[in-house]
Amino acid sequence: MTAANKAYLFHKGSELLALCSAESLPISEIMLRRETALSDVSREAVFQELGETLSTMRASVERGLSEKQTSVSGLTGGDAERLFGYAKRALMGEPMARAVAASMAVVEVNASMGRIVAAPTAGASGILPGVLLTAAESRGWSDAALCAGLLTAGAVGMLIACGASISGAEGGCQAETGTGAAMAAAALVELSGGSPAQALHAAAIALKNVMGLVCDPVAGLVECPCIKRNAIGAANAVLSADLALSGVESLIPFDEVVAAMKSVGRAMNPDLRETARGGIAASPTARALQRKLFGQEEP
Amino acid sequence: MQNFSLFDIIGPRMVGPSSSHTAGAAKLGRMAWKIARGDVKAAELTLYGSFATTGRGHGTDKALVAGILGLAPDDARLRYSLLLAQEAGVSVDIRYSDEEPEHPNTARIRITSAAGKVTEIVGASIGGGNIRITEINGMEVELSGEYPTLIVRHTDVPGVINDVTSILARERINVAFMRVFRQARRADACMVIETDTPVQERTRELILEWCQQTTEVFTI
Repeated sequence: MTAANKAYLFHKGSELLALCSAESLPISEIMLRRETALSDVSREAVFQELGETLSTMRASVERGLSEKQTSVSGLTGGDAERLFGYAKRALMGEPMARAVAASMAVVEVNASMGRIVAAPTAGASGILPGVLLTAAESRGWSDAALCAGLLTAGAVGMLIACGASISGAEGGCQAETGTGAAMAAAALVELSGGSPAQALHAAAIALKNVMGLVCDPVAGLVECPCIKRNAIGAANAVLSADLALSGVESLIPFDEVVAAMKSVGRAMNPDLRETARGGIAASPTARALQRKLFGQEEP
Repeated sequence: MQNFSLFDIIGPRMVGPSSSHTAGAAKLGRMAWKIARGDVKAAELTLYGSFATTGRGHGTDKALVAGILGLAPDDARLRYSLLLAQEAGVSVDIRYSDEEPEHPNTARIRITSAAGKVTEIVGASIGGGNIRITEINGMEVELSGEYPTLIVRHTDVPGVINDVTSILARERINVAFMRVFRQARRADACMVIETDTPVQERTRELILEWCQQTTEVFTI
């Protein structure tokens, strides 16, 4: 790696914003330069991989909305289709309802052993494709624009992975669907013409909105409450992007929010970090389901 | 500080539902398939820890079987792998152990080839679809499968590492990472060499033929 390339190895939001403003470039372009430097690959190679990522994402949304999914355990499935059919009458408005349904669709496909892209994890895989692909339909964003959106989302996810964690076992659900929402929010802002600073405000707001959210999967499975947590994650992403685009700022800077999220994750009892021992996973109904599925208490 | 790639964050592309319990398990199975050089007639799979307790709900069994058939973690046929194994005439025996493993998501994969040769690996799925192989045919190792890998079982004597790496140098294969594990001085040992480019079958045979202290050579 040359010295010039090394300049793009940022680890903090403040460093990323400094790079963006020094070069008058969007987050996606800085992230692209970082990726080509880090992995020693061409821009074309990164875009090719992004294109494949995007087409897997698109297929997972389409499949989840057009065919009723049933999870391997039999516990979940069909809710994305339900909401999609109801979207026109939705109190939250049709575009939001469709984004939420698309997000749930991906996680239902995931739970039925279909193909998805982890973003940042399989359990939080619905938010980013759900909101990006739905917004692209109404806004007319091209696939090239969506690839830029994935780069911006990846930059935010990478910053959270560096500064905190993107694993439910380490940081609870805030680290998974919180990160997914922050990534999607930043991508929406950039693709809607917002500034890099606004993109990080949106990401910070999305993280703050679910700070402390625990990971409590029923029977240890990536189904309940994960599918609905992706629903709220999608809504969180759209809401946070709109707030930032309207000029609302996060009083607490992005990097400090990430640091706070890390300490909240550390303070979280292990029962609330993907062990299926706490939260709704410990409810009598969840316990009964677990016994029925696996014939035992401990996951 | 760790430099995550873009595709560590947005990725992997995989068959769900779990990066650790499904994608990681498929990768473990596929590593065993590669180490056995694709020659799989029968497989005995033992699941430990969280693999054993919640594996069925995550399709861990199907993922492991898909792997030993050579399917990639994002192959949509993964969910039908038990059927595929039956069709391919590969007999599969899946066991659930309550023995406490070192890592919660551990599998032991014992493959028998058509000619009756046995290859046994132990590995763990360590999160996000990443894996670690910890044992091959009873040898303690540590490898990730992220790079093409050469595993050489040998006797711990001076010069054997030089013999192997000279062949690699002659074949213009660059070493990325290398570790040597031994049971005791002058006893059974093993070197794990991760390379930038794949080690061809011809190179594997060269090493086995020319390095007298080597007993087994695997490539991934």
